[in-house]
Parts: sequence; C-alpha cells; structure tokens
Amino acid sequence: MAVNFDVNNIRKDFPSLHQSIYGKPLVYLDNAATSQKPKVVIGAISEYYSTINSNVHRGVHYLSQKATDAFEDARNHICQYLNARYSHEIIITKGATDAINLVANSFGKKFLKKGDEVIISALEHHANIVPWQMICIEKQAKLRIIPVNDSGELRLAELESMMNERTRIISVTHISNSLGVILPVKEIIKMAHNKGIPVMIDGAQGIVHKKVDVKDLDCDFYCFSSHKFYGPMGVGILYGKEEILNEIPPYQTGGEMIKTVTFEKTTFNDLPFKFETGTPNVADMIGFDKALHYIESIGMENIEAYEKELFNYASERLVTIPGITVYGDKCERIGVISFNLKGIHPYDAGTIIDKLGIALRTGNHCAQPVMDRFNIPGTLRASFAFYNTKGEADVLMGAIHKVQEMLG
Amino acid sequence: MSIQEQAQKIIDEFAIFEDWMDKYNYLIEMGKSLPVIDEKYKTDQYLISGCQSKVWLSAEMQDGVIVFKADSDAVITKGIVNLLIRVLSNQRPDDILNSNLNFIDQVGLKEHLSPTRSNGLVSMIKQMKLYALVFKTKMEVNG
Repeated sequence: MAVNFDVNNIRKDFPSLHQSIYGKPLVYLDNAATSQKPKVVIGAISEYYSTINSNVHRGVHYLSQKATDAFEDARNHICQYLNARYSHEIIITKGATDAINLVANSFGKKFLKKGDEVIISALEHHANIVPWQMICIEKQAKLRIIPVNDSGELRLAELESMMNERTRIISVTHISNSLGVILPVKEIIKMAHNKGIPVMIDGAQGIVHKKVDVKDLDCDFYCFSSHKFYGPMGVGILYGKEEILNEIPPYQTGGEMIKTVTFEKTTFNDLPFKFETGTPNVADMIGFDKALHYIESIGMENIEAYEKELFNYASERLVTIPGITVYGDKCERIGVISFNLKGIHPYDAGTIIDKLGIALRTGNHCAQPVMDRFNIPGTLRASFAFYNTKGEADVLMGAIHKVQEMLG
Repeated sequence: MSIQEQAQKIIDEFAIFEDWMDKYNYLIEMGKSLPVIDEKYKTDQYLISGCQSKVWLSAEMQDGVIVFKADSDAVITKGIVNLLIRVLSNQRPDDILNSNLNFIDQVGLKEHLSPTRSNGLVSMIKQMKLYALVFKTKMEVNG
C-alpha cells in the first residue's frame, strides 16, 4: 500500500460516514450508486451560494464575472485531469445518462441511417442501452450486443466479426456497474479505429477507480457523473473529440447555445456552448472542481493502490463463505463485488444486512440484461470506495453469516 | 373477524418482540408458513412484478367475500404478503375498498411499503383493491 495513504485520516474528511444506522455504525458499501462527499465539496457549494452566486456567461457585472470564472476554471481543470486537448472538448451535462442521451441523439441524427448498426456490450447499465435502442428504432438501425462468456468476460473475438461497413459507433462501459468487471476499452478502441468506427466510453464507474487519459485511450467520447466521483449530484461530463463534436448537431436548444436568433433562423454557438443550453449547474460544477482537487491531493495512484488491496482483501474473504456465488470472479474487477447466497433471495438478504447498519444494493442494478445472462433475479452488490476499510469488509462478512443463520 | 380486528391481532402479535431480529425471524417463519399458491397461478397473468422481488396474487369471490391467495419468491416479502392476506382475505369488497393498512406501520414494517423498495407489495395492495372494485361492480350489475 502507498505509504502516504491513511484511511483513518481520509475518513475524517467525510462527515456522512460518521453516523449510526439502527444504532450501529454506518458501513457504506453502496458507492457504485453514489459516493459520499468530502467536507471541501459540501463547503464549496454553501460558499458559492453565500458569495458569488450569479448567472454565468451573460452579465457584465462583477459577480457574474466571478461565477463565470469559477465555472470555466472547473471546466479547464477537468480538461487537464482528463488530458484532453481543449477545454471546449469538455461538455457539462446533468450526468452520465444525460451525456449518453446527448451523443445517442446528436450522433444518431447526423450519422445513423436505415440498416446501420450500433454496437454495445452485454455488460451495460440501462443508461447505455436504452438511449441507443430508442435512436435505433427511430432510424431503423440495428443494435448489436457484444456477448460475454459465463465468467462475465467480453468475447472480443466476436466483436471483430460484428464490426462491418454498416457499424456507425460502438458504446461500451469502462467498468461494469453490476459486476465490477473492467473492460479492455483500449483494445476495443484500437480494434474499432482500425475499421474507422468511433467509440464512446461510459465512464460512470471507470473514472472513479482508474486514472483516465482520453488522449492515451484515444476514445471519441468519454462520459461520467460527478456524484459517483465524490462530487455533487446533478452534474456530469461529456468529453468528445473536437472534430466529431463540431460535426454533430445540438441536442437541446434554447438560450446560451445560440449565436443569433431571429424568428426565421437561428445560428448556433461554438463548442462547448452549442451543447449547453439554459443556465448550467454552476454551484455543483464548483463543488465538483473541489472534489477533483481533493482526489488529486490524495493522488489517484494512491487511491488505485489502496482500492486494489481493499478489494482483494474483501474478495478473498467473501469467496470462503459456504454457498456464495460471486459473479465475474474470473475477470479483472475493481470496486464492485456482486454475489448471491445459495437458497436466499437477494431481497431478503439485503433487508437483514440493512438492519445491521450496512448500506449495500440489492436488485438488478439497472442492468437487467446482465441478470438475465446469468439467469438470476438480482444480486447483492457491495461496492467500495477508498474511504472504506478492511474492518468494514469484516463487518460485511459477519452480516452475511447472520443472514445465513436467519434465512438459510 | 373484521379487517380492524385482524389488524389488531397482528399488532398484538408483534408487540411482544423487543428487537428487530425477533420480529424478522417471525416474519420469515410466516413467509415460510404461507400456503404455497397453486402452481397454475404462478404465471405472468397473476404476477405482480416488483424490480426486486416477485409477487403472485389470485382472487376469487366466495359467498360475498373475496378469497385472496398469494406467493412471493422472497421470504420476507412473502411474510408481509401473509400479513396482508390475513387482514384482507375473506372480507367483503366494500370493506376491502375502505380499509386502511396502518397496521403495517404500527408493527414497524412501513419501509417495505415504500415505492423505492419495489418489492411488489405496493402493487399488490393496489391490485387487491382493484379486485375488490371489480367484484363490487360485478355484484351491483348482477343485482
């Protein structure tokens, strides 16, 4: 483990971790749904509304200028963090779902025609399925799925044969939200680019556990939400290569995204504003900027190293439980352990585990096709962040034993 | 026994439990003891789908009262299904329509009726009342 990483100190930065649930200390293992927020983020939002709150990009007055600067600083910061070429390649959205809808609609409108094909994987969250499904129906295009094998691993050889001259775009997740499986996105991007096909990466989980460099990945789009990455809810990021962003039409229209408007004709603003209509979520972007600073102050490499150690610790112990099935356990995974207990419905197990003060998720995790693939109603999902401890993994072990005692 | 009396009986039963674990153990027992619904009802036609657990519900009119039978794939859900059946089955359609189910709250199981749980129970109650409405209408039409 990195020598300069002290989880007990880190936990002090997260006020919400220090509370009791049903009289027991909270063990928060639902980080794949949303992360808790450090004090600096919570403070920044309050500070913004207490001081420079103002609408951005329009006023010549002092406060508007301050708010605009802070908002654009946040964009520049994200640009640097992702190693994007230009800050106008960073589009601010409501979240990852909004970003995928934007691309599916705008890219689809421009490039999809009858008989064309879009490829996604069998491990996607509904947010990276349904927007593509909708635009494919509208354009009479076909949605094709890269299958996974029984261990949850993507069958890349099949992707090779699926790509053809009708394939317009491939959109895959970086890390599966339901199983924690890490997809070989760099390889997928390379394979696709060899055939001239652009690739979108859903990084909602990926950004949290991996240092992302969009230049190195060479992806055409990458998106994520702030709230899973220690920032506030309500904002997200779409990175897109300038060339492709310039080619596709606006998604939603209104103020801010226009250059000139008459009742006969409207001309659109340049990037990134072409895709950002209406008043943006300034406060939460400033909060997210602080979250990013916070992550950088700890160091993503330290976070990755600690998370790997914690994940291995938890995984190695969980697999020793009699009657447990861990999904995707033969694959390289991070952050998420998805499992079932023999003869016990995940809803029942989740109900008991909740009573023991542990927050984890049960159900299909907005990934019904993944559950169908394994022919299960759902799973129990424990998802870890860098503020979780080995002690908390032990508490989960104890809770599972209790569940088996009560329900087995 | 009226709906109110049945509900009170359940509240009394639960009153003896001092901690949540005893209460859930009892609920699990009740889940296990609920007569399993006839396999012919375990089809999509009778399925009330929650995103987390499934509930199957059938209803028949017998001598002016509705007889409900139900099942679930999750045992805690099934325990609560059992409570709802005990209270609402063998009751007249009007009484079912006018019933309130506050007893679930009083025995400390309200969280299971939250829509975010999506365990099928909220839809089950809706469906039971819908059956009551249908049978009531039928009775009125047939005089």
